[in-house]
Amino acid sequence: MILQPSSRLSIGFGIGLALRRQHSRPAEHVALQASRHDEATNISAPAKHSPQNSRVAHMNMANAVHSALEAAMELEPKSCVFGEDVAFGGVFRCTVGLQSRFGKNRCFNTPLSEQGIVGFGIGLAAMGWKAICEIQFADYIYPAFDQMVNEAAKYRYRSGGMYNVGGLTLRAPYGAVGHGGAYHSQSPESFFCHVPGLKVVIPSSPMEAKGLLLASIFEPDPVVFFEPKMMYRTSAEDVPTGSFTIPLGKARVISTGQDITLVGWGQQVVVLMEAAKLAKQEGVSCEIIDLRTLQPWDRETVIASVEKTGRLLVSHEAPLTGGFGAELVAEVTKKAFTSLLSPPVRVCGMDTPFPLVLESIYLPSALRVLEAIKSSVLY
Amino acid sequence: MGNIWGCLAPWHRSSLPAGLPHCNTPRSLLQINDSLITTYRDHCHNLTRGGSVFDTMSELFGRATGTTRGIGGSMHMYNKAENFYGGNGIVGSGIPNGAGIAFAHKYRMEPNVCVTMYGDGAANQGQKYEALNLAALWELPCIFVCENNHYGMGTAEWRAAKSSQFFTRGDYIPGIKADGMDVLAVKQVTQFAKQYALDKGPIILELDTYRYHGHSMSDPGSTYRTRDEINVMRQSRDPIDRVKKLLLEAGVPPEDIKKTEKDMKKEVDDAIAEAKKAPEPPLTWMWRNVYANPASCTLRDVGGRYVTPVHDSHYKDLQQIA
Repeated sequence: MILQPSSRLSIGFGIGLALRRQHSRPAEHVALQASRHDEATNISAPAKHSPQNSRVAHMNMANAVHSALEAAMELEPKSCVFGEDVAFGGVFRCTVGLQSRFGKNRCFNTPLSEQGIVGFGIGLAAMGWKAICEIQFADYIYPAFDQMVNEAAKYRYRSGGMYNVGGLTLRAPYGAVGHGGAYHSQSPESFFCHVPGLKVVIPSSPMEAKGLLLASIFEPDPVVFFEPKMMYRTSAEDVPTGSFTIPLGKARVISTGQDITLVGWGQQVVVLMEAAKLAKQEGVSCEIIDLRTLQPWDRETVIASVEKTGRLLVSHEAPLTGGFGAELVAEVTKKAFTSLLSPPVRVCGMDTPFPLVLESIYLPSALRVLEAIKSSVLY
Repeated sequence: MGNIWGCLAPWHRSSLPAGLPHCNTPRSLLQINDSLITTYRDHCHNLTRGGSVFDTMSELFGRATGTTRGIGGSMHMYNKAENFYGGNGIVGSGIPNGAGIAFAHKYRMEPNVCVTMYGDGAANQGQKYEALNLAALWELPCIFVCENNHYGMGTAEWRAAKSSQFFTRGDYIPGIKADGMDVLAVKQVTQFAKQYALDKGPIILELDTYRYHGHSMSDPGSTYRTRDEINVMRQSRDPIDRVKKLLLEAGVPPEDIKKTEKDMKKEVDDAIAEAKKAPEPPLTWMWRNVYANPASCTLRDVGGRYVTPVHDSHYKDLQQIA
């Protein structure tokens, strides 16, 4: 039977959903810790640093990413930012001024060669540099996929720890943006979560972006950092101008609730918050968790939450089948089986290529999440 | 090329498709049985390969009356009947595809070539060199055309490539460079290339051209080059102005030229107006053509409900909603 969405479901996500976060979230002021001295590869720790968290600026996510890159390049002289069109500031203005400040040897354009960019970055990282490569859109990451899976992820393992490419950070804008179509909207995070040796991090606000990106850059493992492109301009909050990190592998509980646990990442967190607001009007109290790091993900926080609420809903833009939500549901079902009051549900993108005009039908919108919340609660 | 994504302004046909028309007489000029595969700047090619301004604009607006039923969008226009293989969003992805298409022509012993187009940005992609090697190794009738507009979006060619002599980058594959903004030059070089490709194997054409506007609607086009440069190009090398001059010199009355321009503008304006009124694709088309036989592979929607779509490549219900 062919699905005929009812009119109320077709309201969907819409273009440029701008949910500004008015309040300044209490920041997790974690001092930038010295990274371990790794004799074999000479990744040296930043010598001196003190968190300057007393000053904040109102930033959108593009500004926050820029701020993080600038801070990283300041702290670590052996760091480079490179990718297509980054020299003039990048297509999303995340790298404005980096070349003029740090020079052409540290911030430079590459030709249109994704496999080359990442392969080159891996070599640089193996020599102990912090190689921060940018893939212009996550949709173009696939030529580099072989390098990430077969080289970056396995370097430390196959060399018996002699070498590693922990200094590699691969940044790419991902996710729906309202008009992106098949090749400017993809969410490829689950492909990378499936590769032992890589870490996958996805921020959901400017503060998160800056802290997580700094943590990712100084993480001694290769990190794939997906930035939700919709949020480059539509999200804004006060962010400390100094350096700070947010620990990887630790999820964030955005709001507590009793009836159901909603888990998401990136832009989808905003959708979950919207759905939770609607659910509250119907008397359902939702606990929202922003996963932040997908690989390795914070099992303790999610399982503790589901043991409390008894219900789980995972939501992501990537297609349902084989999406990362499946991993979460499988693990939670196993670990919290006796606490579950209803089957865990996933509200995700459809199992089709990302469409163009039909985008709002494809996306897991707030109303669809609400529908799933209600059917979970009424199970 | 005056291609602008989703832009409503009347746009020029570039010299390139004008120089690669299908032509019935000399075997050496491109025919409709010669395949064509290109990049995401496929709008003009759609026009030369069976498309109309109406279905091109409809596709840009995402309407059901578009070339690919509103599902493909700006970057994905195709025409099977006229051997037009699109329309590729990912830079460089069409190049190895073109080599494969050329192989099919050779295998079937057809006197046809595949014109495989890419830009100066794509010239640095690894898959291009893989395709060149395959084409040369198996002597495929493939014409690799580099539309060199000197900018890979925001990066000038000399900053992206060690050698911007793109026609030489085929190494063992010969190459020719021509002025891509001169219709007659493109026509001549294509004639030569087709003959060569059928007789000897792959060849590279570098067509020197220019992009007046930005890369896309998100790119103003002025942050990496001067406005003077754009103006100079427009004044001295515009392909349509050149053709107009040639026609005037040949004695064509200026009123005729003006009339043609007016007619064309009206044709485009009318098509845009029609396309704006066209219906959007119905929601059921979301599920079409994911797989050949959907019954064997159920797809799931947002909430996990199973959907068994119906396969219909002719989109029969277009008649019902149009």
